[in-house]
Amino acid sequence: MMVRLSELRPGQVGIVQRIEADDALRLRLMEMGLLRGERVRVLKYAPLGDPIELEVGLYHLSLRRREAETILVEMEP
Amino acid sequence: MNQRRRGAPTTKQVSKRLVALAGNPNSGKTTVFNALTGLRQKVGNYAGVTVEKKLGLLTLPDGTTIEILDLPGAYSLTARSPEEQIARNVLLGEVPDTPRPDLVVLVVDGSNLERNLYLATQVLDMGLPAIIALNMMDVAQGRGLQVDAAQLERWLGVPVVPLIASKGVGIDRLKELIARSELPRPPARRWKAAPEVEEAIQTVAQALRRTGTVPEEAVEAEAIRLIGLEGTPSLLQERGGPELVQAVRQARERLQAAGHSPATFEAEARYEWIRSLTREVVRRSGPPPVTLSDRVDQVLTHRVFGPIAFIALMALVFQTVFTWATIPADWIDAAMVALGDWIRNLMPPGAFRSLLADGVIGGVGSVLVFLPQILALFFFISLMEDTGYMARVAFMMDRIMRRVGLHGKAFVPLLSSFACAVPGIMATRTIENPRDRLVTIMAAPLITCSARLPIYTLLIAAFIPGGATVKALTMLSLYLMGIVGSITVAFVLKKTLLKGETPPLVLELPAYKWPSWKAVLLTMWDRSRHFLRRAGTIILGVAILLWFLTSYPSPPESVLAPIEARRAELLRQNPSDPAVAQALAELDNQEASLNIQYSFAGYFGRAIEPALRPLGFDWRIGIGIFSSFAAREVFVSTMGTIYSVGAVDEETTPLIERLQSATWQSGPLQGQPIFTLPTAVALLVFYVFALQCMSTVVTMARETGSWKWPAFAWTYMAAMAYVGAFLARHLVLWLA
Repeated sequence: MMVRLSELRPGQVGIVQRIEADDALRLRLMEMGLLRGERVRVLKYAPLGDPIELEVGLYHLSLRRREAETILVEMEP
Repeated sequence: MNQRRRGAPTTKQVSKRLVALAGNPNSGKTTVFNALTGLRQKVGNYAGVTVEKKLGLLTLPDGTTIEILDLPGAYSLTARSPEEQIARNVLLGEVPDTPRPDLVVLVVDGSNLERNLYLATQVLDMGLPAIIALNMMDVAQGRGLQVDAAQLERWLGVPVVPLIASKGVGIDRLKELIARSELPRPPARRWKAAPEVEEAIQTVAQALRRTGTVPEEAVEAEAIRLIGLEGTPSLLQERGGPELVQAVRQARERLQAAGHSPATFEAEARYEWIRSLTREVVRRSGPPPVTLSDRVDQVLTHRVFGPIAFIALMALVFQTVFTWATIPADWIDAAMVALGDWIRNLMPPGAFRSLLADGVIGGVGSVLVFLPQILALFFFISLMEDTGYMARVAFMMDRIMRRVGLHGKAFVPLLSSFACAVPGIMATRTIENPRDRLVTIMAAPLITCSARLPIYTLLIAAFIPGGATVKALTMLSLYLMGIVGSITVAFVLKKTLLKGETPPLVLELPAYKWPSWKAVLLTMWDRSRHFLRRAGTIILGVAILLWFLTSYPSPPESVLAPIEARRAELLRQNPSDPAVAQALAELDNQEASLNIQYSFAGYFGRAIEPALRPLGFDWRIGIGIFSSFAAREVFVSTMGTIYSVGAVDEETTPLIERLQSATWQSGPLQGQPIFTLPTAVALLVFYVFALQCMSTVVTMARETGSWKWPAFAWTYMAAMAYVGAFLARHLVLWLA
């Protein structure tokens, strides 16, 4: 099922399919390892509900919901 | 090749070899830098930008020294942030005051090889001789990762040194390699994009080659970058003229026609190659274990415990900076007073003694007292940075700070400004985005700092009617006014002058690690050294100028004569008699008061009195405001001098009584008291907003790299102070 990364709950995993952001942000996210086919796990949300902490490859990355919304992932069951 | 500035090895070396350190943030680059250079570092700025330039010296066993340049941490060289831009420009030899490095040491986090190799391979593509410092091998092992250094060396074609920089493991081997004067250049770019993309790259490379602006070995890398950059015809025009503009435009069109994105084709192709590399070089034994860092993080960013731990830490920082650091500050203050007295006893009275004792010692002293606060604050800040906690602060505070358009990391500098804006402004260096950093710097001086407290306590004690509760509430509302003012300025600046989309938050949350005490001490040392150098130059100069303006010209003989006569008369009596001693002290004060009244500052105060009258201030308050540019608390001692009372201390009653009985000397209000409730309130509000602190102004100039911003801040804060004081006065008048 294709969903936006911001819709995943902590513990859920998605596989990056597409990023619907402008060139600059898309490149930045790709440089940080968010390429098509990458497995991304949502670890937690910040105490105030935003931003999100993700596990990307071997490290942890934080994005705001706004940016996470631009990332379409295939949810892993 | 002609870009290299080193002569043949046989000629006498004119300049040292320059080695650049490049790497991702959190790759341990700074630890490697500290291990190579020790204490011999200097930190400055690259000309014209606020990017930090860190240089250090490495001495080899044979006695030769090598300069090490720590490039700003970056994730790529695409050059969209100033840090990336600087890193790239240095590697191409395009920075005016920095020669092209002879060698690059690429610090790579072995526990996260894939993402770290993105930048590393970009740098290799620039064609400079390079060494890979494969750092954090212990962390990699702890996570069940085996990194095959020999295999990596084969893939990349440059020497690879495994390191545990935090424990010094591998540093000697790294030094050995750096010492070799002739290291081969890396092989030509090994990753390849689709054939039609490669063709486009070659066309642009040809056009670029003809301009002769880029070293041959870096031409392809630069061509790839230019295709990726969007909307930069002016840059291309400048570099290569219409031909290059044309070539890049055609290449972009060709890529788009073939279904590739010009912006991201490099990222896709490069990562594809890197992934095939890591599949062979990195072995994983078993599933990733839950590390201690993960467990610590579960508490420190927990929904409930996270904020509690953060508030507790901030309370400790605040307590240390605000309360405990003032103890050594008081010692410094007392020592400077003692030194001043010693000089006064040692030297005959006169202009030179006054210059030394009041101008120099007083001026330096008023700046030195900040030192304990700076040390204390930077102890905590570098600890938070070094352990990885600062990224979590940004993570937790982002939502709040974003409301005002600021970065989560702006929280700590603004909080520190409650103690003192000087270390607060210096602490903004943790904010990477230059625009956000500037907004934070501009907002910080409006936060109520501890130097405003003496003024607040004096005026509140003297003029705010009512009991302790009312007085406390007044104090609280002054603090709130400062906070609201600060937020407003940040908000308005973000909407106007420093407009721009709130940059997206793309923040790495590094694994927690034990702090390196060496790194913490180095940061504390570096920050205080910079501050003291300023204190020794500009701030001292301003202090002497202020001394001059409040001391000269001297009052005419006819005015001083009666005082001299009375003093001579008193001196003939028994000077040990307390009554006589007190009368003499009183005379000294009268003389000091006359001195300041007849000085340039006195003239200035009288000249601006018409402007101050709407606020209810007379010219003597004007002098106080003027002289308090040295530091706000000077206002209290100036008021003491000018209204000529005995020993001045904010808690002594005589000053309060004297202020209460001061009356207008001229004008329609002649004979009526100056310090009425509306005037006192206006003065309080004035000091909430006014930027009367030369140390802050000088620090702002240093941190922003220009005098434009502090001048602007001083002006709008003065305007806010004036308007605020006027409104406050009339509000009180209306209420009464």
